[in-house]
Order: sequence, then C-alpha cells, then structure tokens
Amino acid sequence: MSLLQVENMTHYFGGLRAVHNFSLDIEPGQIRALIGPNGAGKTTIFNLITGIYTPTEGRIALDGEEIIGLQPHEVASRGLGRTFQNLCLWRHMTVLEHVMMARYSRLTYGLVGAFFGTPRRNREEAASRSKALELLELMDIAHLADQTVINLPYGAQRRVEMARALASEPKILFLDEPTVGMTPEELDQMLGIIRTVHQELGLAIYLIEHRLKMVMELCERIQTLVFGEVIAEGTPEEIQSNPKVIEAYLGKEAVH
Amino acid sequence: MVEKNGASSIDTPKRFVRLRQFLGDIPLLAWLFGGLISVLVETQVGDALASLLGLPKVPVLFGCVLALKHPLLLPGALAYVSVIYIATIVLVGKITARPFNLLAEKMIQWPIVIPVAIHLITLYAIMHVWSDISLYRELTLKLTLIAIMLTLSLNIINGYMGEFSCSHPGFMSLGAYGASAIMVLFFVNDRLFGKALLPEALGPFFFPIALILGGVAAALGALLIAIPSFKTRGDYLAIISLAFMFIVKSLFENLQFMGGARGIKGQPDLANLPTVFIWLVICVWVINNFVRSTMGKALNAVRDDEMAAEAMTVNTRRTKMVAFLFAAFWAGVAGGLFAHTVRFINPNTFGVQRLAEVLAMVYFGGLNSVYGSIVGAVSLNLLSEMLRPLALFKWIIIPLLLILIMIYRPTGLVAFKEFDVRKLIQPKHKSEKEV
Repeated sequence: MSLLQVENMTHYFGGLRAVHNFSLDIEPGQIRALIGPNGAGKTTIFNLITGIYTPTEGRIALDGEEIIGLQPHEVASRGLGRTFQNLCLWRHMTVLEHVMMARYSRLTYGLVGAFFGTPRRNREEAASRSKALELLELMDIAHLADQTVINLPYGAQRRVEMARALASEPKILFLDEPTVGMTPEELDQMLGIIRTVHQELGLAIYLIEHRLKMVMELCERIQTLVFGEVIAEGTPEEIQSNPKVIEAYLGKEAVH
Repeated sequence: MVEKNGASSIDTPKRFVRLRQFLGDIPLLAWLFGGLISVLVETQVGDALASLLGLPKVPVLFGCVLALKHPLLLPGALAYVSVIYIATIVLVGKITARPFNLLAEKMIQWPIVIPVAIHLITLYAIMHVWSDISLYRELTLKLTLIAIMLTLSLNIINGYMGEFSCSHPGFMSLGAYGASAIMVLFFVNDRLFGKALLPEALGPFFFPIALILGGVAAALGALLIAIPSFKTRGDYLAIISLAFMFIVKSLFENLQFMGGARGIKGQPDLANLPTVFIWLVICVWVINNFVRSTMGKALNAVRDDEMAAEAMTVNTRRTKMVAFLFAAFWAGVAGGLFAHTVRFINPNTFGVQRLAEVLAMVYFGGLNSVYGSIVGAVSLNLLSEMLRPLALFKWIIIPLLLILIMIYRPTGLVAFKEFDVRKLIQPKHKSEKEV
C-alpha cells in the first residue's frame, strides 16, 4: 500500500481554480518532485496535503488513514514533516529549542508536568533533548545548539529547519524549495543532506524545486504542474524530453 | 556567556567594569546575608542615626518621600540610605563572599530544594525585619509582591504568547470578588451576607481554597474571551478583552448582593506577609516551570510563527487557551490576595488605571522574562509610592520613564532572559569573569 495517496484533489480559492484533479502516490522510501513555473500552485498543493487548507474535492490518505479535515498539527503528528519556502523559524528561540519543539506531540507529561516539574517531565525533556542533539549532529550543526536562530547564516538556518522537520519523526518529508537562494556550494551540501536523510532514516521525500540539477539527480519520478494541473509525469529523462514540459517550463533552455 | 560579558564591557564605561569586577564575586546568598544584616542594623540604630542626621523619623521608603516633601533633608536621607543599606550590604557581602562561595559550591551538589529554601528563608527574613518598622512599609511590600504576581501572569499573555490582552483588571476583580464573597460569607458578620456561617478559627484553612476558587472564577471568565478570540490572530483579543474588562466592572457595579458600587469591605485579615510571600513563591515557581517546558515554549513558537508551530505538531489553539486561562487564574489569585490585603474592594479599583499600571510594569520590566516581571513590578510599584508627594507630576515622570525605556530598550529592561535558579545561586568566581 502506498504511504501517501492523493486522489483527484481539486481546490478553489473563491472562483479561482488553484488545483485541478491532482493525484499522487508515494511509496515508502521514494523521492518525488513537483516542478512548475511560479504561481503554478505547487505550494498550495503542499498546504492542502498538510492540512492548512481543506481541499474542495478529492481525498487524501496518509498510511491508509483519511486526513482531510484534520488540523495541520494532527496531520503533522501522524507522520508528515515539512519545511517552508521562506524559512519559518521562530526568531527568539535557540536551535536546540527549535528541534525539541517539534517533539511536542510526543510529550505525555501534560499540564501537571509542565506546571509542577514532575520527574516524568524531566525524564521526557531529557530524552527529547538527547534526540534533538542527535539530529543536530546529523545535520552538522550541534555546535550551534545554544545560538538564537536569527544570528545564524542562511545555510545553517536551512539545516535547522531540516532538523526540526525530522524531529517529529515523520514518515514522509515535504521540502518546499529547499535550495532557494543558495550558492552552488550550499546547494551541493543540501543535496548531501537530503541524501543522508533519505538513506539513514529511510524517509519518503516529496519536494518542490526550481533547480533542475537537484531534481534530476535526486528524484525517481517528477510531476510537472502548470496552472494547477499536472501536465506531465515520469522519470527525469521522460520529463526532460516531454514536449509539453519543454513548452511550458523548460522552454528555450532545452532548445539551446 | 563569556562572550556576552566581553561584548557588554566594551560599551560600558571603565568605572562600571571595575565596579562589576569588584562586586562580581559576591554570590547571591552573601548579598542576601548583607541585606539581612543591614535591616537588622536598621532596627537597632535606625532611630538614633535618623535623629543624628536631623531626620524626623526613620525614612520609610529609602528616604525618597521625605526628601521630596522637605528638600532640605535630602542630604540626611541620602546619608542614611548609603550608610544603612548600601555600605552595610556591600561591606558584609564583600567580607562574607569567600565563605558563602564555598557554601554555594557545596549547595549546588545538594538537591535543588535545600539551597532554594535557604535563599527564600533569608529573603523572607529580610522582608519581615524591614517591614516590621512601619505598617506602611508592610502594606507597600505586600502590594509589591502582589504586583509581581499580576505582572508575571500578564507577561505570559503579552510577552510569551505575544498577544495583547487588556482584561487583567477584570480577571483580578473576578478573583477578588470571588475570594472576598466566600470569606465574608463564611467568616464575617456582615451587612451583605449576614451572620458568619463558620467559626472564625477555620478562616486561615479556607483562605487558600477561597483564593483558588477566585482564580478558577477568573479562568472561567477567561474562557469566555478565549473561545471567540483565539479562532484567529490579530487585534481581536485586545478589543474583546478590553470589552470584557468593562463588562466585568459594570457587572459588579450592578450586582447589589455583591455590594454594588460600594463594594465589599471587612475581609478577614488573612493576607499577612508570609501568606503573600508563599503564594508569590508558588506563583513564580509554577509559571517558571511552565515557560521553561516545551509545552510552555510552544507559546513562543506560536508567537513567532504560528503556521510553523502547527506544522511541527504543536496544538496551537490548545496552547493559547491553556496559557490564557492559566494567566487569568494567577491574576484571580493575585486579586484575592489584593482584596484581603487592602480589605476593601469596589468595582472602581479594577478600572483602566489598574490596567495601565499592569501593562506599564510588563513593558517596563521586559517581555518574555520572569526576571523582567519582577524588576518591572518592583521598580514601578516602589517608584509610584516614592513619588507620591509629587501628586500629579508622578503621572508625568512615570510615563516619561516608560517612553525612554521604549526608545532605548524596546522590549523592556530584562527581556528574553530565562530564570534559571541554578545559575542564580551558583558560586561566583573572579577568575571565571576575567576569562
């Protein structure tokens, strides 16, 4: 059975049809990409699946469970982690606090623990802390644990966001343009990070990306979205040679 | 930590650096011990010193009131304060720094409860001895401690959660009226509620229950605000909570069986200094526990980016509701203590002026910080008492001070600082500071 299944999802913003008849199947451990020109509705699709918007039509199942109508935090705690295009970090919190926060749904000490500092709370917080430090180690930013995130360089902030997304122990990871605004060097590092995450944690990954280098190297299957509709789906090679895609997206670049 | 010290010493003048180095190796307990000695000295030689310096009596609030009323006595008051308080505390602190550092090193190994209890008992002893000198001091001190509770609870909403709530006087009055009604009904022969239902001796045992019920009443009031206003973000909470404050006020003005506009008076005299102090300690402890846990830090996440918090499995709506009700509860308890300290409440006590005071304390002291709330509440409360002789000008000086704070430290004096008890009581060594 597939891990994430989206069937005929359609969404309207008022009279505007933002997404039309979108379907998706992701198997455990797969890496897939969603590409498309600006304004095609890629981030909207992310927001629909993660529960920020509720689709007008269609169904979404995560691990066989219907998730339409759930709050975003419920979807997230069922195993869907994500990063944001424009780095939604919490500006007054430290790196370690970021990563520990994503383990919120796993805390069981409740309000009594929070108010009175019970031994159970201390135990759980300590466990969460060591887990967070492990992830920071994996992302190579353990030395920054006590820094406030806004003081960090951009590349490090991206890593914090990735570590945070992983801390909720997702089964599938949504990456919204993980390399936007990166230098070629940083891009290579990011590629490495995504590979590590994929191999070591065995996660399924679904990513939105503009840089074709990244997509072509990482992904098994690619969908191309134009004006809310998937116009082509296939392996990187198929997409690269698909005339519709070339027309809509790759355009002149492929001709040269 | 070391870096921070280094950075700040660049922009502070040399004199202050030297002063900080001179005082830097005094641990907290030595400061407290110095304070205790100084208030003990005051009880012994205060009167003699005051008459020697030409003061009519012992200066009650650090000589400020006296100096403002009779400017000619200013040098005498200054001399009194510097001899009794500053000189004694620094001298004793400096002399005892070494043994107390050794003690602190030992204490840090013990379970945290013991050193904390030692510090708190010393602190309480200082307050007790200091406030024994006059009733006015005791009242001011109690009101200051209550102000800390209020400020801290409002800081949860306005600081940690980053919303803007104006309903704190409303919560306070719910708590004050709730606790007063219970206590007066059961333990006082009163024209409103008739004969006392229980013997007066049981009063002290019921008092905590009455306070908690007052807090619960405030939390229920908060629920009324929270349900509609936490569906969305933005200015809704500010508007709804302001409306709530006025609704509660006019509700109590019109509830004749609660005394109407004349209020309730004659609450039993149960809010003595130890009681208020113990409640304050519990309040600070619980709130500090909460804001340092991941559940509490979720508030900061919600404030800084709510969508990201949701995506990271945080139940934002529940987080906001819990924090709001929690803050209202403590405001209610503070209100109950306030009612039993002043022993007279009427609806006008909980109006816009109180709101302005509490908000000023929160923003003056510092958002998102327990230290900040303590600093803000103590300084503004004492300041407003000290400047009392200036009458109307008080309300020019204090707002001016606030404006200056907003210009130079927009988030308040001690904002975004974690209240770490362990760090507070640890031994202080010179060598560490100089690295």
